[in-house]
Amino acid sequence: MKKLVMGFVLLNFLAACASDAPPVAEETAAVEEVAPVVEVAPEEAPVAMAEPTPAAAVMVDPLNDANSLLAKRSVFYPFDADSVPSGDKAIIQAHAQYLADNPNRSVRVEGNADERGSSEYNLALGQRRANGVKKMLMLGGAKASQIESVSFGEEKPRATGHDESAWSQNRRTDIVYRK
Amino acid sequence: MQRMMVWRSWAFFILMSAASASHAILSIEIIGSGENQIPITVVPFTGDAKLMKDVSAVVTADLQRSGLFKLIDAADKSPKELHEINYADWVGIDNLVIGSVHELPNDRIEVRVRLMDMTKKKELLAQAVSARKDQMRAISHRVSDLIYEKLTGDAGVFGTRIAYINRQGRDNRLVVADSDGYGEQAVLSINEPIMSPAWSPDGSHLAYVTFELGHAVVYVQSLYTNQRIVLANFSGSNSSPAWSPDGKHLSVVLTRDGGSQIYIVRPNGTEFRRLTFGGAIDTEPNFSPDGQHLLFASDRGGSVQIYRISVDGGAAERLTFEGGSNFSPRYSPDGKSFVFSHHSGGRFYVAVQDFDSRQMQLLTEGGWEKKPSFSPNGKLVLYSSEAKSRGILATVSSDGRVKQRMFPQSGDIREPTWGPFLRK
Repeated sequence: MKKLVMGFVLLNFLAACASDAPPVAEETAAVEEVAPVVEVAPEEAPVAMAEPTPAAAVMVDPLNDANSLLAKRSVFYPFDADSVPSGDKAIIQAHAQYLADNPNRSVRVEGNADERGSSEYNLALGQRRANGVKKMLMLGGAKASQIESVSFGEEKPRATGHDESAWSQNRRTDIVYRK
Repeated sequence: MQRMMVWRSWAFFILMSAASASHAILSIEIIGSGENQIPITVVPFTGDAKLMKDVSAVVTADLQRSGLFKLIDAADKSPKELHEINYADWVGIDNLVIGSVHELPNDRIEVRVRLMDMTKKKELLAQAVSARKDQMRAISHRVSDLIYEKLTGDAGVFGTRIAYINRQGRDNRLVVADSDGYGEQAVLSINEPIMSPAWSPDGSHLAYVTFELGHAVVYVQSLYTNQRIVLANFSGSNSSPAWSPDGKHLSVVLTRDGGSQIYIVRPNGTEFRRLTFGGAIDTEPNFSPDGQHLLFASDRGGSVQIYRISVDGGAAERLTFEGGSNFSPRYSPDGKSFVFSHHSGGRFYVAVQDFDSRQMQLLTEGGWEKKPSFSPNGKLVLYSSEAKSRGILATVSSDGRVKQRMFPQSGDIREPTWGPFLRK
């Protein structure tokens, strides 16, 4: 926790130093823990990359750490269920902690459902899934004001087939960080 | 003695002049037939060659699709007036339709139709219908309705309209079309999903749900002006609009207070009143024809089942018990039964249940059949189905005997709903 806060202080400091450079963009590819901070520099002002030093490890926004639980942004459900399976609860916990540590960040929690049942029931089911995740995030320390929960029901399937392999992909809640 | 013929004239106007037109239905397939089909011959109408051919074709197709008529070809006989009918030529034909198409000034056309009872040698109907020339299909459907009404005693629905969603990739269109799928007009075209179209009782407005604002929001759109208002845009999901029969309220489902619950609201988006109070999902409300009750789907008992509640609130009564789950209820126009989606063994069926007997009857063989709604005369049920991996439109007669499938030219058809009779 302390390490995270320090990482952010350093990161902000670096960003402030690079006068023309934008802050580290969220799209930045997830980096290894030992990798340097990758600055997305404007084309007209190339900035030399920081030397890889051990200290650089703490500068990584854990949100961009591929090895962190925070890299996982989706949880999946059995048919018609709306509570997060125990195996996925640690993911929600990690995001709750991150939101608690970073009160300036906010998320949209997007519930989805497979195409069985009626579109209206599935919209309600997706909303219940999203509301459940929102509640867990708040129990983990996030504030209500950091979280908007919405549902796409069966309307925006990630997988389009009419079988369990597709449906299992679509019974899902996504945590989407706002820019 | 020949009765003096009185031509009653009936002019009418079609909605949605502002909408764009296209043609979505590629083909129509009919399966089964009514129990006692009425043998009838539609003699090709006389008049302008192109117009008369079109009118005759639409009228013949309408009667055919209903499943209630046995269409018999006129062969080479073509009486144009009553005195030209030689009854000996028409043995076995109960009814004969003869008619003519006339061009009127100001780009209008008039169709005159006569319906003969051939056994009693009596004229049943003599009427003229006129409208703008580009509304040939609407005129023809009106002629079909006149024939249908006279012979069955029920109001015809050939001239009514349906609404549905046509989805192709990210492109979503809210479509209004004739009940046979032709005359399609897109009243909304966006790159976000559209759901749950609902007709106002006078056919002048559609309520629906879109995700344009990043979450489900309910709109009400005029079909005359295409102007729309936001009916409900609270945090979470706003969905499942349905109109009260007097058009003075809508029911909607909101999550603003937590779970999905039913509310009543004015058509201008004011005076929200919460109707259900619980932790379960309550959705898909539908007003009874007398406006006193609503049916809705809820998982309060574990599985999703259909319940009935007074419009004033209070306790809800569970109505369905069979199968895995039952949902998407819609009252029949006479209020004596309701049609719904029945889910059992991985298949979705269109089912109907009588309020008195409480017996469920399956109307279809099952598959991917959803969102059934009655035609305004209660004789047909429209629903979405699937064939060749495409979402299609389908109808089944309320006795389950005649089915019809309508294939779109492109994309998937979802969430169809049958519109009301248009007030004259």
